Amino acid sequence: MDHDLLPPTTDPDGAPFWDYTSRHELRVQSCRTPACQTLRFPPRPCCPHCHSFDTEWRRMTGQGRIWSYVIPHPPLLPAYAEQAPYNVAVVELTDAPHIRLVGNVVASPAARLDSVPPDRLRIGAKVQAVYWTTPDGTTIPRWMLERP
Amino acid sequence: MARTAAPGIKDAAAIVGIGQTAFAKQLPESEKTLACRAILSALADAGIEPSEVDAFASYTMEETDEVEIAKSIGAGDVTYFSKTGYGGGGSCATIAHLATAVATNQASVGVAWRSRKRGSGPRPWRDTTTQLPTPAQWTRPFGLLRPADEIAMLTRRYMHEYGVTRDHLFNVALACRNRANQNPSAVMYERPLTRDMYMTSRWISEPLCLYDNCLETDGALACVVVSAERARDCRHKPAYIHSAAQGLPAQHHGMVNYWNDDPLTGPSWTTARHLWKQADLTPADIDVAQIYDAFTALIPLSLEGYGFCARGEGGAFTERGALETGGRLPLNTSGGGLSEAYVHGFNLITEGVKQLRGTSTAQVPNASTCLVTAGEGVPTSALLLRS
Repeated sequence: MDHDLLPPTTDPDGAPFWDYTSRHELRVQSCRTPACQTLRFPPRPCCPHCHSFDTEWRRMTGQGRIWSYVIPHPPLLPAYAEQAPYNVAVVELTDAPHIRLVGNVVASPAARLDSVPPDRLRIGAKVQAVYWTTPDGTTIPRWMLERP
Repeated sequence: MARTAAPGIKDAAAIVGIGQTAFAKQLPESEKTLACRAILSALADAGIEPSEVDAFASYTMEETDEVEIAKSIGAGDVTYFSKTGYGGGGSCATIAHLATAVATNQASVGVAWRSRKRGSGPRPWRDTTTQLPTPAQWTRPFGLLRPADEIAMLTRRYMHEYGVTRDHLFNVALACRNRANQNPSAVMYERPLTRDMYMTSRWISEPLCLYDNCLETDGALACVVVSAERARDCRHKPAYIHSAAQGLPAQHHGMVNYWNDDPLTGPSWTTARHLWKQADLTPADIDVAQIYDAFTALIPLSLEGYGFCARGEGGAFTERGALETGGRLPLNTSGGGLSEAYVHGFNLITEGVKQLRGTSTAQVPNASTCLVTAGEGVPTSALLLRS
């Protein structure tokens, strides 16, 4: 299985995120205390602001902007080396600018990691979440440029 | 009896012995053997018998534990041992812990060391089963695999926000390489670097190229720490530990620090505040700096964090030869991790000691103060050494 991309190795805090992406929903963990309601990422057991353990997962629109990006070149793990050079971006969510997700900007939901030419990428570019179910059945969020 | 405030560790302990093996892409001996050689060499340098050692400090990713080391070198009864996390972030913390142990009479002779076969051994990022300290599920599936990728992400944002250029990063790579070219122990001793080589080199993770990345080296180093009183009787001029600090900032996320309000102010900012607060010195008093350089971009970020310039000015600080011999702040005078050896930053500590002894191969005239830092981008640590 050397040539498969790495699946997310999830944990009890992170599992709901991946359950929601399998339903094509982008949700971020939030404190459920009415007076607080602070979003947090990556998910954790309790709210660092009000210390409540009462949480919910709030749905996001999936709109974002590229905060930064890199273009990795080999040496890389085999599955990634085959598609290199490719992009990895940090996307800042329009709904919550301090929540940022790492992901790939692709030409279509199932496209290769290198499907968008690097010169099409720039910090600040608008992107939209799309969903791709990998051959092993995991659904991961990816990003498409609003203006390719 | 009335309680009084703890006196602190300012100038209470000193590094009195340093030792190292050869540095190379590949050394035949094991990490354990290399560790023993470096430690015995540091003790001989101090003029202290191995049987007197009663404290050890190391940092994670060290394969040989203190039980093996203590048995191998013939240490006495050990009454203090510590291990700090986060790989390269722990280098200076080892010295800080030994200084604390010695200053509080928990031990009298402390040894800190690092032995590593990164040149010929496996690369940590190839291990897909071990969870790194940061939550890998949010980054690794997308191909953000290596430290170079993680720091390149912050670097591009830093360049975007503040106008830092590849020429600024080249200034860092060049200063380290120029010092290595003066240091016969450096892996890059006979390998000069030019701007053309830098600008046309292969990418590792854009915007970082080959020369923005540290070396991969086999080698080991060690330091011996004793009290200030005892230090005066040792063989060499003591390097006093004037101030020491560790730093894990609020809401920090390790090397993938993309999830707080201000990802470009890393652990060096937190560490610096505590370091200077305890010190009689300010950044303007520092004669020479050994700043952790796994990647060139960590230098301008650290220059800002440790207060040598204002926010966003780290790139500009590197201009006009500021980091070279005779510049505003001579940097990594052995060649550092970029050009002497990458041994998780421990060679930066021993080089700081050499500068204060006056024995560096790129000696800053009359250097009496030196800042040494551990890895920026992970929970980190730093030292102010003075003669």
